[in-house]
Amino acid sequence: MTDPSSCVIARLARIRRERATRRWRVLAILLACLLAGAALTLMLGQSSTALVTVLRVLGGADVPGAGFIVRELRLPRAVISILTGVCFGLGGVAFQTMLRNPLASPDIIGISTGASAAAVFAIVVLAMSGPAVSIVAVVAGLSVALLIYLLSWRHGVTGARLILVGIGLAAMLQSFTAYLLTRAPSWTLQEALRWMTGSVNGVQLEQALPLFVALLFFGGLLFSRSRDLEALRLGDDTAAGLGVRLTATRVSIIVSAVGLISFATAVAGPIAFVAFLAGPIAARLAGRNGSLLAPSAIVGALLVLLSDYAGQFLLPARYPVGIVTGVLGAPYLVYLLIRDNKSGDAL
Amino acid sequence: MLLLVVAVVLSATFGARDVGWPEIAAALGGRAETIGEAAVTSRLPRTLLAVLAGAALGLSGGVMQGLTRNPLADPGLLGVNAGATLAVVVGLAWFGIEDASLYIWTAILGAGLSAVAVYAIASLGRGGASPLRLALAGAVTTAALSSLTTAVVLPRGDIAGLVQSWIVGGVGGATSDQIVPVLPFLITGLVVTLLSARKLNLLALGDDTATGLGENVALARAMAAAGAVLLCGATTAVCGPIGFVGLVVPHACRLLVGSDYRWLLPASALGGAVLLTFADVFGRIVARPAELEVGIVTAFIGAPVFIWIVRRRKVGAL
Amino acid sequence: MSDPLLVIHDLMAGYGEGTVLEAINLTIPPGRNTAIVGANACGKSTLLRTLSRLLAPERGKVLLDGHSIHRLPARRLAQQLGLLPQSPIAPEGITVLDLVSRGRHPHQGPFARWSAADEAAVAEALEATATTDLAGRTVEALSGGQRQRVWIAMALAQQTNILLLDEPTTFLDINHQIEVLDLLTDLNRERGTTIVMVLHDLNLAARYADVLVAMAKGRVYGLGAPEEVLTEQMVQEVFGLESRIMEDPVTGKPMMIPLGRHV
Repeated sequence: MTDPSSCVIARLARIRRERATRRWRVLAILLACLLAGAALTLMLGQSSTALVTVLRVLGGADVPGAGFIVRELRLPRAVISILTGVCFGLGGVAFQTMLRNPLASPDIIGISTGASAAAVFAIVVLAMSGPAVSIVAVVAGLSVALLIYLLSWRHGVTGARLILVGIGLAAMLQSFTAYLLTRAPSWTLQEALRWMTGSVNGVQLEQALPLFVALLFFGGLLFSRSRDLEALRLGDDTAAGLGVRLTATRVSIIVSAVGLISFATAVAGPIAFVAFLAGPIAARLAGRNGSLLAPSAIVGALLVLLSDYAGQFLLPARYPVGIVTGVLGAPYLVYLLIRDNKSGDAL
Repeated sequence: MLLLVVAVVLSATFGARDVGWPEIAAALGGRAETIGEAAVTSRLPRTLLAVLAGAALGLSGGVMQGLTRNPLADPGLLGVNAGATLAVVVGLAWFGIEDASLYIWTAILGAGLSAVAVYAIASLGRGGASPLRLALAGAVTTAALSSLTTAVVLPRGDIAGLVQSWIVGGVGGATSDQIVPVLPFLITGLVVTLLSARKLNLLALGDDTATGLGENVALARAMAAAGAVLLCGATTAVCGPIGFVGLVVPHACRLLVGSDYRWLLPASALGGAVLLTFADVFGRIVARPAELEVGIVTAFIGAPVFIWIVRRRKVGAL
Repeated sequence: MSDPLLVIHDLMAGYGEGTVLEAINLTIPPGRNTAIVGANACGKSTLLRTLSRLLAPERGKVLLDGHSIHRLPARRLAQQLGLLPQSPIAPEGITVLDLVSRGRHPHQGPFARWSAADEAAVAEALEATATTDLAGRTVEALSGGQRQRVWIAMALAQQTNILLLDEPTTFLDINHQIEVLDLLTDLNRERGTTIVMVLHDLNLAARYADVLVAMAKGRVYGLGAPEEVLTEQMVQEVFGLESRIMEDPVTGKPMMIPLGRHV
């Protein structure tokens, strides 16, 4: 066949450039929003602190009064909110893209349920606390994911079977958790509630480091598979035809997403619907023609950060962040219903 | 039938406390003088409730599986129980409802709304409501509704304990005062669903075929769905959400009596009663001296069955 | 470029419960247009899936230039062998340009940048399928025929010597069926791409393919030029159908006319 004409190539390049510009612009705006959100939550609370003072405190200066509030109360909250939000956003969009279903986020199909059921068990039955609970949560999250994967193995794993097995297992674990909570002495009920709904109350800055390391490791693994993940959106057969090694890709995506979700759950509990919402929101903002990993990560962080702020200061009662984000899930479902002119099955 | 009798007898006999046969006989005769006799007397309404709730859940599960042509349908998995729960909690927290029948109406309203919502979400987009989409839509809706439920309950320490114990799902502590108001609802639901059995047989062939065979599809669906929602909503109002009975029982019954709904529905009602009564007895025995709520027991029986059904089916059928 | 040789050796394959293919020995003629025909559930699609490595064989092997395709690195195989499944999934909101660009996947590393060669391949694929003007549109806004051309464009951008297609004309109107088959013939003649496709319509297969492979009950029933393979006896034994074979007055290829009970 003939060589392609240079004017066609120029036209394609122009379309690509426009699209890339749009994507970068969206990412930049999202990042700016995140920075603004972080500044807001550091400045405003029961009392308000000037931005200059916040910056001075962050710079290490010793400001009486404001220093304690910003450094000890607000900063850990903001940092942990952002980190867990990024983890949930990435893990969620990875599952949704891989399984080609916007409803198939890890919190729905049992990935975080394992982590939280184990945490409640550790608190209520084994009377554990602190980092030990987190370790149990991470280990359980990974083992439940492995169990789901093994149970859906039958001449290979298909997305549909994985989702359904996950839902079945999640239902069982949830009723187990509910049972444990009815047995809980009331003094652990507050802490146990965190594991049901997710909360960043009383988090410490020291918890950020392991979370950050996990984010670097599992997030890096996920980003290295970003192109294969995009190819999977075309269907398993087409992706295989394009040279994607299905099992290897699936396993590394699941491992990285589960790692992210479990570590985040271990710190803040299964903050409901962040993993579920981040991907679709990012898709609306950034368009559907490229990888959604980066925009979803930022959207996830924004969701947790702002919902936590709203739960603390904007609502009539004080709610943990997981309740606020969980309640956000309902209007999204209604939105899906109203918008049914388009198909609801791809991101 | 025989199994049901056995289950009922067992339920009266076993409990957190061992009671001798003479005492049971005496209690059935109306005496409640010794502790044992009193225990048996308290077990009777409980057993009755287990039988009724099991039958209702089994029946509504069978109807839902027929309506959605979906082997994975179950009032718990489809989010219907979560809808009933939220409605009841809102009623308790904001409107202070106390009247028993109002309570039941609220639950039925919540169940109906969430059933419609879940079905609509699952039918979005190409391909209609496949088993996979229906299960996912149910799981998502359940998650959203439970968050709302917690959001309503959390600032209300006064009702938190009540809701907490009710949410697990159990038949313990039942009294005849609780059972009587729910009876008319259950009987209406029973009649409506059993009457729709023939229509379900036609619907099983697909909407177009059913229309071709002279059935008013929309009406048939609405009637069967109303019956199913009535049954599981009323049950949830009394017992709290009990999952998986509606899933497991129709499957087991299909193996026994085939897929003709005129046989399958009555069989599912019986089977549900047997399963729930046994599950309740089992829950009382394993956790002595405490009890394991029946909702937990059914989840631990049901989830493996669910996974087994999923594994057995071909991928294309999901 | 030298034409690669795809050889199937003593192949047995299936989906766990039962073997669908039994002892298949077949050499795909390089640089030709091959059509696989047969009754429902005879193993056509299974054969194509095994050829494209979607399915691992239970016994035997598929060799590409002497190397077992089930041992080759996935990316390297995908540079030589392209596949268009029966019902590929177009993600919601994806544009034609983006979909066709996905065909470059096997030529890129995980972090490689988009190169001039990639862009040239995409432009060429769009031009060859006459879809350049659609580049900025979303795939779901296209008609069935346009959509199938776009998918073929994606497979073209992959720049493979062999292209496998599973029923590329299903769900298309007759004019779009002809359009797609003409396009594949152009590819085969002008680029020398080896084409292997599963086709339902015997007459279209006989008209467009250089080589027909007739399959029955998991075995190769016959292989050769359409004139040799499409016989009344073959139609009887493979499809269980009485028929007459005549010469197509336009193309001179064989044409099958089914005989029902009412002739």
